[in-house]
Amino acid sequence: MTTTHEAPISTDAVDSLVSPIPEGARQITSSDVVAAAQGLRDLGAVLRVTESEGLKAELEQAPDDETMIINMGPQHPSTHGVLRLMLELRGETVVRCKPIIGYLHTGMERTGEELTYLQGPTNVTRMDYAAPLFTELAFSLTVEKLLEIEVPDRAVWIRMLMTEMNRISSHLLFMATNGMDLGAVSMMLYGWREREEALRFLQEVTGLRMNHNYIRPGGVAADLPDGWRDSVLRLLDMLPERLAQYDTLLNQQPIWRNRLQGIGVITAEECLALGVTGPLLRSTGYDWDLRRDMPYLAFDEVEFEVIVGAYGDCYDRYAIRLAEIHESMKIVRQCLEKMPKGDYRIQDKKVTPPPRARIDESMEALIHHFKIFTEGFKVPEGEAYVSIESPRGELGCYIVSDGSSKPYRMHVRAPSFVNLQTLPHLMQGGLLADGVAIISSVDPILGEVDR
Amino acid sequence: MADEAAEAGGEETVDEREIAPETLFGMLLTRSLDQLVIHPSRDEYPGLLKTLHDDGYHSVIDLTGVDYLTHPGRSGVPASVTTERFEVVVSMINHRERSRLRMRIQIPESDPVLASAWDLYPGTEAMERETFDMFGISFDGHPDLTRILMPEDWIGHPLRKDYDIGRIPVQFKGAPENR
Repeated sequence: MTTTHEAPISTDAVDSLVSPIPEGARQITSSDVVAAAQGLRDLGAVLRVTESEGLKAELEQAPDDETMIINMGPQHPSTHGVLRLMLELRGETVVRCKPIIGYLHTGMERTGEELTYLQGPTNVTRMDYAAPLFTELAFSLTVEKLLEIEVPDRAVWIRMLMTEMNRISSHLLFMATNGMDLGAVSMMLYGWREREEALRFLQEVTGLRMNHNYIRPGGVAADLPDGWRDSVLRLLDMLPERLAQYDTLLNQQPIWRNRLQGIGVITAEECLALGVTGPLLRSTGYDWDLRRDMPYLAFDEVEFEVIVGAYGDCYDRYAIRLAEIHESMKIVRQCLEKMPKGDYRIQDKKVTPPPRARIDESMEALIHHFKIFTEGFKVPEGEAYVSIESPRGELGCYIVSDGSSKPYRMHVRAPSFVNLQTLPHLMQGGLLADGVAIISSVDPILGEVDR
Repeated sequence: MADEAAEAGGEETVDEREIAPETLFGMLLTRSLDQLVIHPSRDEYPGLLKTLHDDGYHSVIDLTGVDYLTHPGRSGVPASVTTERFEVVVSMINHRERSRLRMRIQIPESDPVLASAWDLYPGTEAMERETFDMFGISFDGHPDLTRILMPEDWIGHPLRKDYDIGRIPVQFKGAPENR
């Protein structure tokens, strides 16, 4: 990634983590990370008062020379949904902060225990509503791991194509909301305009703009429709020009750069200690992307770059996402070339219902179809955790099966939930107005945070 | 006598080699579908975290709980480990060796407490709060162990298997009558 910051790049600390270093040097890295954990603890950025105490403190009048506790949200346009921030302010400076979540909690992990494995994707797809295909994919991969089945090649490549399209739409949404939060309202309209084009393609294939329920255990729900290549190519031809417009509009604009550069800085060590993944971790210069480092699907067969930043600030996080759209387009283009022919779902009678035509002529097929959709298929006893790289970081799914047709326990490791923990550290000592830029750059999706 | 003893001894060593449990960092190691799982006890857990941290496992990726109330005979736990009602499952990642490791720690129902990993891994803060909220498992040493997803004054822990989730009867009030 090429950023044009004026300050010299100091990546010594980062290099020691990224480049392979000889045995023995490991201890040094280790203690650095320990120091980061210690530092985070000593920072005292997190406001540790309960919600009710915070509300009481807010209602009481504070003398002029003291700090003041105010609540931002849960109904605030800049908090991306129903996120509430309890802020301790001295003047306009944030002293401490505590994100309060749970306003969108609907017990989806519990619901997941009541639904069969075939119904599961309908539930999990509603978690990360900006990138629904990723949760479906994580869930399906975990179930397939427990079943010990391999999906056909075409299904793998369709999944890759669709998730990368979804990554593009998700990052475009980020471009839009990031612009909106910082007052670049035209950017909001442009971002949504392009996202709509990407969603149109998803709708063409899955039937829905979001909550697709398209990726299911055993493959995908339907084959790609006629003319899908033209739709993809139209999008791929249109996007570069539009992204260049974003570049002209924002990247070189002094107001934009002043609002983002050097705001909300975090180091790689702090990110690791906090378990942070995704663009947030990469913005610090830490070269880590599950698609390349722990490949799933067929990501080891495509060429793409992992985009890293250098400063770990809001501008890097914005620039990384913009560049990742280009990388995703690269992958989509390779999917177009390499898309194999064949089945779009596994031909294992246990998992896949019989085709529609068979139901009309065969009694057994009808019974089988009925059984799969009412009772579901049984999954062998065991437990597995499978993770993928969602637009927001590592998205994992942990399923415990007791041998029945419903998960005994279904847990989703949501990247936004973990990444949200950086907010107090990013915001401490900054201005309240910068807080808006910081929330936006973390890009939390509250449906995924609260589940 | 001597022969018998020798025989018995010989058999024992053979048995031992056959069933010698695999270990990692001195903990029992099992494989669940090619994924490494270790089974520390509650007391070994804090020390193990330290060892893992020094070994390059710099991130706790996930921490969650499982309630085995209605499925006590779970799979994947070595015979020598006493199973309890709750399990805390911790997933860790070693970025340099690109490896993952999962811990399953047995937590008894009578005393659902585990040492907090917050000291070494501040990122577990929200995850431990969530596990506390959903399962009622306390984390010793956690700075702010309050409910995170449920309302502050909520009673009960929703992901426990004996928590009544309740049902709303389906009513077809506005359905047109048969003609």
